[in-house]
Amino acid sequence: MTVPLALPRPLSLRRLGDLVHQPILVLSWLIVLVVIGWAVAPGLFTEFSPYEGDTGASFAPPSAEHWFGTDRLGRDLFARSVYGAHTTLTATLLAVLLAFGVGVLVGLIAGFSGGLVDTAIMRLVDVFLAIPSLLLAMVVVSVLGYSTNNVALAVGISSIAAFARVMRSQVLAVVTQDYVKAAYGLGVGRLGVMGKHVVPNALSSVIALAALEVGTAVLAVASLGFLGYGAPPPEPEWGLLVAEGRDFVAVHPWASILPGIALAVVVIATHRISTSLRKEARR
Amino acid sequence: MTDTVAAATEVTSATDAQEPLLAISGLAIDYRTGRRRWNPAVRGVSLRVEPGEFVSLVGESGSGKTTLVQGALGLLPAAARIRGGSIAYSGVDVTGWNDKRMALVRGNYVGFIPQDPNTSLNPVKRIGVQVIEAVRLNRPKADYREAALESLRTAGLHDAERVFHQYPHELSGGMKQRALIAIALAGRPKIIVADEPTSALDVTVQKRILDHLVGLRAELGIGILLVTHDLGVALDRSDRILVMQRGEIVEEGPVARLSAVPTAEYTKRLLDAAPGRHTGRLAPPTAGDTPSVLTARALTKTYQLRGRQELRALDAADLVLRRGTTHAIVGESGAGKSTLAGILAGFTTADGGSVQVGGREVIGLRRKELREVRRDLQFVFQNPYTSLDPRFTVARLIAEPLHAFRVAGDRKDRVRELLAAVSLDEEFLHRLPFQLSGGQRQRVAIARALALNPEILVLDEAVSALDVSVQAQILRLLVDLQARLGLSYVFVTHDLGVVRLIADDVTVMKDGAVIETGPVERVFHSPGHDYTRQLLDSIPGVR
Amino acid sequence: MPRYIALKLGRAVFVVWAAFTVAFVLLFVLPADPVDLLFDPAELNSVPPEVKEQMAANYGFNEPVIVQYLDRLGHALILDFGNSVQSGQPVLRAVVDVLPSTLVLAAAALVLAVLIAFGVALAATSTRRVWLRNLIEALPSGAVSVPVFLSGILMLQVFSFRLGWFPSFGDGGFRSLVLPLITLAIPVSGPIAQLLVRNFTTELHSGYVTTSWAKGSTRAGIVIRDVFRNASLPALTIAGITFGNLIAGSVITETVFARKGIGRLTQTAINTLDVPLVAGIVVLVAATFALINLIVDLIYPVLDPRLRATLAAGGSR
Repeated sequence: MTVPLALPRPLSLRRLGDLVHQPILVLSWLIVLVVIGWAVAPGLFTEFSPYEGDTGASFAPPSAEHWFGTDRLGRDLFARSVYGAHTTLTATLLAVLLAFGVGVLVGLIAGFSGGLVDTAIMRLVDVFLAIPSLLLAMVVVSVLGYSTNNVALAVGISSIAAFARVMRSQVLAVVTQDYVKAAYGLGVGRLGVMGKHVVPNALSSVIALAALEVGTAVLAVASLGFLGYGAPPPEPEWGLLVAEGRDFVAVHPWASILPGIALAVVVIATHRISTSLRKEARR
Repeated sequence: MTDTVAAATEVTSATDAQEPLLAISGLAIDYRTGRRRWNPAVRGVSLRVEPGEFVSLVGESGSGKTTLVQGALGLLPAAARIRGGSIAYSGVDVTGWNDKRMALVRGNYVGFIPQDPNTSLNPVKRIGVQVIEAVRLNRPKADYREAALESLRTAGLHDAERVFHQYPHELSGGMKQRALIAIALAGRPKIIVADEPTSALDVTVQKRILDHLVGLRAELGIGILLVTHDLGVALDRSDRILVMQRGEIVEEGPVARLSAVPTAEYTKRLLDAAPGRHTGRLAPPTAGDTPSVLTARALTKTYQLRGRQELRALDAADLVLRRGTTHAIVGESGAGKSTLAGILAGFTTADGGSVQVGGREVIGLRRKELREVRRDLQFVFQNPYTSLDPRFTVARLIAEPLHAFRVAGDRKDRVRELLAAVSLDEEFLHRLPFQLSGGQRQRVAIARALALNPEILVLDEAVSALDVSVQAQILRLLVDLQARLGLSYVFVTHDLGVVRLIADDVTVMKDGAVIETGPVERVFHSPGHDYTRQLLDSIPGVR
Repeated sequence: MPRYIALKLGRAVFVVWAAFTVAFVLLFVLPADPVDLLFDPAELNSVPPEVKEQMAANYGFNEPVIVQYLDRLGHALILDFGNSVQSGQPVLRAVVDVLPSTLVLAAAALVLAVLIAFGVALAATSTRRVWLRNLIEALPSGAVSVPVFLSGILMLQVFSFRLGWFPSFGDGGFRSLVLPLITLAIPVSGPIAQLLVRNFTTELHSGYVTTSWAKGSTRAGIVIRDVFRNASLPALTIAGITFGNLIAGSVITETVFARKGIGRLTQTAINTLDVPLVAGIVVLVAATFALINLIVDLIYPVLDPRLRATLAAGGSR
């Protein structure tokens, strides 16, 4: 009675049935799945080419045929958005994988070894947190050269610190748990404790962060694209699409606003998913 | 506004009549468990507190006692609703009153003492400010400062001036609880409701706080409703007791009648389970001269605090555990008993001294060698909710030490055998910890500790987190296992009632040092030290 | 206490030094031929080798790396980050020139963001309708999900082109500040609001709030006297992150609204590969970040008696 009785629950898909009561979460998953579909097989979702347009039909407003309208060169903007998903999402995925992989490893080493190693790593992480990630990504991409891959690399590098910090704090929290102490008491070795208890339990929170970071990385990739550091112009990329339409926004607002809204909807969906994962991890 | 003023005068004027201070009748409270799904927590409970009466409401966790109190004070969480029944203070029905109207009843008419003093005071405000708030809200015409100081003194804080200027973190748990009593008294209430006011405190402090409450009743003529899980506490001090189980009052009556001839089956079980009411042991004591399996000599441990301060957690402590017996270590928080247990189990390194397990020195062993000792000496933690990895199934949990030591043979069979030894069915094999009750979890933890056939179990407050009836079952299990397997236990506890039930020897600790040690019979009947006597006097429910 | 201050100060100095080193490595060491970065990539091949040689000597690229590093570090200590390649004026001068414009925008946006965040948190705390509460709690994550360039363009479209209430670009006066200000404040308010909503909820369910209810406090009294301070204090800990968001947001906002400022300057510096200017900006931004965190670390104990007590005991946290 005197002890706070926490009831930790592992992450599981057991309660899929609960989803019925969360229509927005279901919608979020659907949006993300559709957009992944766009990235994997864009041809299935649109008959138009993202590169060639009908110059006679430039700046057509949204219609049954051209859902998002057309741009200056008469290219279908929905098609460009669909194909753009490939560019943007591939870069996002690379960035998050890089940040997740390196960040988790660094955070694990720092949290599990403690002492000087921990201090050294965390001071380094401080430095990377001190430079705003967009600024850091801009510097990195300017050194590496403008391209989608370099944007991915830049965004990835600038988010390593966030993952490292969360992983470390999770590891530190798990290491003090009784069940870790109990495992040592039962004769399990250090590596065994790390692999069987610490990593699985620490990861659930980091996975929720990864989902959140997907949204943030999409924004970062698109922002760099918008500023012109990503793919060169004929290439469809979400940030670039918005930038291209920006000059005509006074007269033809849809040209930049509709692709932008598509982008925002995807990010909102990933945030909703991240929230639900975080709640799961806390149970 | 006229509405609320009327309400206030209604309550105040009604107090003169001979109505009970608090009358709850047929109260039913539900908790929302899903969309349009409600789960009853309190089912038609009736309760009365007369002026000057001390009433106790006893129940185990999940009995709905706290929900009932929250309902009475209008403090139910958003997920709960009152389905039926009424709540009346001095004959004024306050059922369904909104927060604004209830604010005039709370503090003014009914004072509340919360469960955990450590979280119940605002950490960034001085005590004085917090007491003054209570005065200002309820007695706008009083001299705030004087009234607050008076309240603190009445609550038993003699150095009221100093406490007035202190922050909560500068006070001990007992002093914080007294400050909270001062806050409850500041509005000059007619009745005080206390929800487990001492469960977070040491026994000796618990005794003092509860005695003080009894004194206040006599001094101020107020009514007191005490909510507790500890039947012993209720028996010692109440005029009347209500026993609650699964949202219902199963028995009600004056203390003498209830303890002598309980009518409800559940009350009988609770009385049987209350350790303080037993005088004998669960099993006959082990005969005198058995060889020792564990000997600790002059163990010392000092922790470095901030700013070159030191904390002597353990000061030259000795301990001898005889084969096949139970040696209890008792003491209040900060006595060093958990540090001692941690050193025996190899979790904590001692600064000095020696520990011999089966003739082998343990102190100073390296990790690898220490691992070998683990075969003989296992540890059971206090809180079964945190000592089991939430991702492991029961089967995997119990098998973990078998894997760690690469034990040969059929591990699955061994796991089933262990599960049977702690009286759990095989259907539990594939469950996860969150699907188990507290008692079942502790059984799993014990099964896991037994996996390697150790000779010694170190149990650190292993039953303190459990309800009394579950606690009784686990103690019974431990005694049976000891008889069957010839185990030796080091049993760390703060509860002297439990010590008498199962221990052969006892060591009393205070501030890191051993105060007294010897056979339980001798120490309990003729304690050689004042502190031991004080501890013995504080056991609730001994008459 | 002195130990605590020294430790925090040392940490801040270290961060600035390390940021300088990171910028140096990224911009002066990693590129195969840093001189190339000084020229427009399109014209690079047409530049005669003598000119490159001359430039390299000017910028000290001929020296060993360690000498270059120490030289630049020495100058950086007196806030001399060299000259901008594009304009030829000192880096510090270039930054200070545009600083007021960004400062006005960022400060106003910060104030607005904090107001929005508190508004959201208080609204979420005071409503008892579950659906409304859920809706309000979803707002902050919406605010950080909408890309700044999109919200900027939407603002322009609606309030400038359609309604004509505000000018679409420029630096002239208060009216030109309104749209960029709102655009920047929204994403900055998101994380603050998320933190506040979470803290307000936890604090509102904490034990001492129950004590206050039992004293006879009303909901408003509890929110004002108990919850507000305890829930707001931790928001200081994300001051550094907020600063980062302000900088990142101003890069995009200033581009969309064609305002001059640090953000635009950074973008131009990156576009033209103005290495000394970029390095200077990175170090100055990191220094500001470190300074903000230092200030927070130093005033936090003043506001929280618990921390003050641990420090008075001579601890270092």
